[in-house]
Amino acid sequence: MSTHKVEKFSGVGVSAGRVIGTVRRMPDAIQAPADGAPLPEGATIDSETARLAQATQAVAAQLKARAALATGDAQAVLKATALMASDKSLLKSATKLVASGTCAESALWEAADAVATQLSALGGYMAERAGDVLDVRARIVAELRGVPAPGIPDSETPFVLVAVDLAPADTATLDPAKVLALVTSDGGPQSHTAIIARSLGLPAIVAASDTTALVDGDVVYVDGIDGLVVRNPTEVESATARTYANREQLPEFDGRGVLADGHRVPLLANVGSGTDAQAAAKAGAEGVGLLRTEFCFLGREKEPSHEEQVAAYGAVFEAFAQKKVVVRTLDAGADKPLPFLTDSTEPNPALGVRGYRTDTTSPGVLARQLTAISEAAANHQAEVWTMAPMISTPAEAQDFAALVRTANLATAGVMIEVPSAALMAERILERCDFVSIGTNDLTQYTMAADRQLGSLAELNDPWQPAVLHMIAATSAGAQGAGAKPVGVCGEAAADPALAVVLVGLGVNTLSMNKRALSPVAAVLRTVDLATAQKLAQLALRAASAEEARSLVRAQLPELDRFGL
Amino acid sequence: MAERTAIIGSRVGLHARPAAIFAEAAGELPVEVTIALETEPSEDALDASSILSLMGLGAEYGTKVVLRAEGEGAEEALDQLVKILEIDHDSE
Repeated sequence: MSTHKVEKFSGVGVSAGRVIGTVRRMPDAIQAPADGAPLPEGATIDSETARLAQATQAVAAQLKARAALATGDAQAVLKATALMASDKSLLKSATKLVASGTCAESALWEAADAVATQLSALGGYMAERAGDVLDVRARIVAELRGVPAPGIPDSETPFVLVAVDLAPADTATLDPAKVLALVTSDGGPQSHTAIIARSLGLPAIVAASDTTALVDGDVVYVDGIDGLVVRNPTEVESATARTYANREQLPEFDGRGVLADGHRVPLLANVGSGTDAQAAAKAGAEGVGLLRTEFCFLGREKEPSHEEQVAAYGAVFEAFAQKKVVVRTLDAGADKPLPFLTDSTEPNPALGVRGYRTDTTSPGVLARQLTAISEAAANHQAEVWTMAPMISTPAEAQDFAALVRTANLATAGVMIEVPSAALMAERILERCDFVSIGTNDLTQYTMAADRQLGSLAELNDPWQPAVLHMIAATSAGAQGAGAKPVGVCGEAAADPALAVVLVGLGVNTLSMNKRALSPVAAVLRTVDLATAQKLAQLALRAASAEEARSLVRAQLPELDRFGL
Repeated sequence: MAERTAIIGSRVGLHARPAAIFAEAAGELPVEVTIALETEPSEDALDASSILSLMGLGAEYGTKVVLRAEGEGAEEALDQLVKILEIDHDSE
């Protein structure tokens, strides 16, 4: 940052907000040192042993210092990891390897590997601690190499986090009080970074490929609305950021989604656990539009027991007595593999045996899940609807609906994620009770663009007019089948401007992460149904996602008032 | 050689948090203390001040472990450590 030249980087804005802050880059992951690499040139066994001991002590001291600043569970975890870093038995076995002529990095790597393997073999809770040992190992090797420790940078002052992409493990330790905004050079609108940013309410930009040029200490303006990063911002950007900071506070969601003319659009929440459901109910959600049941299954070697499933679903139903809860049956495969259901060797998992399709390769899991849902529903007062993911044909919808009725569940529906299902919506809805559009997958399949690929982020945008045409076709089909309900439960429903378009296209209910309830409700309240329909037509006629977005946003002045 | 048998009092076993408390206490003592499962011979005993060794024991709630130390203050040291092992740190 020797020059103060103003530089602009564009990307895809995935979470609204305009802020100015200092860059801290996410350090690169630590690469494994070569197996049994020899002592560095000029080093002796004694000097290398001393270097190793110093590094472990330095890391232990850093972790101890962080523990002193933390509280509660975080403090206990940091204290334990500090002790692991200075552990005598780890140092002893690494020192032995150094004495046999191995360099400190390789010695420590191998010694810690043995410990992690031993803990993994114990299974259960101890196996989870193996991850802590590997984290300590990476920190010590980073210290030995003189490179920054892996993980989210530690800083006393809030910063703009710049990364290539963020993994779930990274974001688990993300402190929203310390991070002002997220900028990634890779990743797309449906990437983990985007989803976490929206749920934390942090401005975020993804797929800004040139931001790899940003370095620690750069001052940047991040505009999550226009998808723009500016290095060395001027008074112009400062003014915009100030305006955003002084935006009108959104009113709290009062639990009733409604347009200006009184047309009702129930706003539901996407949830993935009982705790999640309670938080969503507290935020005013009118029900659950998407209960992801994977939470019960992910990370498991075997199918969870009937009792376990009944309890897990029941915890969600309990939070929404007398209200609608749409349960999506297990959606395994592609980015959510499960050892007992999916084939990890498929060349193209997104187009493979996933979602409802796993019922043909592993029959029984779905029927047992439906039995558990049915029993949980009988124990509680929620109005339970059940739907299957990845339905492509009317026949599949019919088979699924039959399974649902066999399990004594009242309402059966399917997700519209595959273009064929959108186009065949009328035939599908003659065979089941409702549909819910999953815009994330519908976009990926309509545009033939892998949603995990940052380089295809522009295609992977739910504003793509082709995707909107798919949604319009679904609504038309639902009308033809006797005005059956159509919901949207993808990330598109959480974008307040796009929510207006969806309602205009004939969608009846919107389901989103709970943070989006208040902005979506506030914007819906400013338009009537006729306006929403007019805006939907504008978007359908646009030639690009960008054009659709800007045409619609220009007609919604309230977005600026609330800084959305 | 002083020796004590203790029963693990932590509900989830000698995992990170209780192991950290114990390892730290053992490290501050004037004598070297070893720990082993009751079912294992004393030659296999591990350094009680190593959190990784402690976790590697795989001692669960109710598991019996044997603490050993030698020298001046060994008896007092072991008495102190037995108390730490037998408390349920997760109920605090």
